[in-house]
Amino acid sequence: MVNILDRKKTAAQIVAGARNQEKMSAYELINGIFEDFFELHGDRLSGDDAAIVGGIATLAGKPVTVISTNKGESAQERMLTHFGCPQPSGYRKALRLIKQAEKFGRPVFIFVNTAGAYPGKSAEENGQGEALARNLLEISDVKVPIVSVIYGEGGSGGALALACGDSVWMVENSMYSVLSPEGFAAILWKDSKRADEAAEVMQLTPEKLLAQKVIEGIIPESHSHKRVCRAIKKTIEQEMKELMKLSSDELLMRRYKRFRKF
Amino acid sequence: MQLFNELKTLGQKHIKADKKANERVPSGLWIACPKCHQSLYHKDLGIFQVCPNCEYGFRITARERVAWLVDDFEELDADMKTTDPLNFPDYDKKLEKSRKNTGLNDSILTGIAKIQAEEFALGIMDPNFIMGSMGTVTGEKITRLFEYALEKELPVVLFTASGGARMQEGILSLMQMAKISAAVKRHSKAGLLYITVLTDPTTGGVTASFAMQGDIILSEPRALIGFAGKRVIEQTIHQKVPNNLQDAETVLERGFIDAIVQRKDLKQKLEWLLGSHTKGGLVNG
Repeated sequence: MVNILDRKKTAAQIVAGARNQEKMSAYELINGIFEDFFELHGDRLSGDDAAIVGGIATLAGKPVTVISTNKGESAQERMLTHFGCPQPSGYRKALRLIKQAEKFGRPVFIFVNTAGAYPGKSAEENGQGEALARNLLEISDVKVPIVSVIYGEGGSGGALALACGDSVWMVENSMYSVLSPEGFAAILWKDSKRADEAAEVMQLTPEKLLAQKVIEGIIPESHSHKRVCRAIKKTIEQEMKELMKLSSDELLMRRYKRFRKF
Repeated sequence: MQLFNELKTLGQKHIKADKKANERVPSGLWIACPKCHQSLYHKDLGIFQVCPNCEYGFRITARERVAWLVDDFEELDADMKTTDPLNFPDYDKKLEKSRKNTGLNDSILTGIAKIQAEEFALGIMDPNFIMGSMGTVTGEKITRLFEYALEKELPVVLFTASGGARMQEGILSLMQMAKISAAVKRHSKAGLLYITVLTDPTTGGVTASFAMQGDIILSEPRALIGFAGKRVIEQTIHQKVPNNLQDAETVLERGFIDAIVQRKDLKQKLEWLLGSHTKGGLVNG
């Protein structure tokens, strides 16, 4: 296993770290950072996707909305969540909770650890593309602060649709890319086994992404889940404080500019 | 055994000879429709490049499309070129080849167009430019088109054709999805019309952003419209999926597009739709 305290890591080691089975589950992460988590279910259209967990919680004494992708812990849970790949109903649930947060003036915190939006037959039939497109469209105009933390895999459009708000942070062992290193190697070299090499070319590590201003910063990670939660909490509390100072017009202008620069 | 081997060798020679014969036949005279597999004489496709058997619209360049679609066209940002931000191996060669094939500097043609009296901002993606993939220039040109249209209070019509985000520009391609979406939202909030016309193929990050954000979403017959690739879907669910899963006709049935319009009717239908959406409408606020 990769020593996650080792500072000089290759991109392939970061990828392995991002996919590490010891990563916290959505529930452990949420309960480790927030208080009084009250889960809310369903997208009000078609169902309740277990790959997206969301609800209301308290941060620094204030009510906030929390959303996280969820890979599940048991084998059965992992099947149910498609190993943390949300279905259209998951993205629609997330958007519903974000809109609810806007109505009640709550900031939104989103935690992302997904290989991507679920690429199954049912997902196609239920409009995976439309669900992601709607999130991108609507979230660009939501008048409360939205802070995302990528804490494992940040897979393509499925991650972006949950990381298109005011700031995006990554924990040390996490990745964010347009496609998986395996997919990249398969297309470029017709050999998915060259994924390690691909990871280097792709610039998918937190450091490379920070240099490209895709993310706001990197949160240190350690073996202790408690310590990781504490580090994330400190970062997002600070973010909330800063972003809450802005008027909604300022916030939306800032968000527009954040993506306009790419 | 000896005789068998001898025969096999002869057989291979025979096949090789056939292959050379094929090369001597002028290419492009006869083509098979990729959808219904009907053999077609090239001229049967007509100016719209449509299969007379199943109405599938062949993949055409943006410049070919604009030639019969509009009455007037003034191109914007024609010279914008990518900087190859990742210094990606052999990307420059791919770009050069695509530029030659399409007469474009990147995968979309944008400009201000007119059909009769209707003026609008028009973008046409070119499936022949690295599979119509969306890179930073594609995203920038679309965003500028929406910003320009917002300023001039013009509707936007986008023809999509794309394999998705362009991997040669890495995460920056992905960021285009959010950038464009925010520009679409601003344009929409001003009460302006946005029509998308999905053409073959519209997939990946383009489906997952501006293709599906139109007030009205049209498609050409039998166009492939989807998020994930068929092979990826089959690997994920360990099952074969029906061939028509991502056909425009199926997507229409599932409720994700408004109408399928034949290529020959597009110009007239667009003119009617544009004319039916004067800003503010009939109801006075």
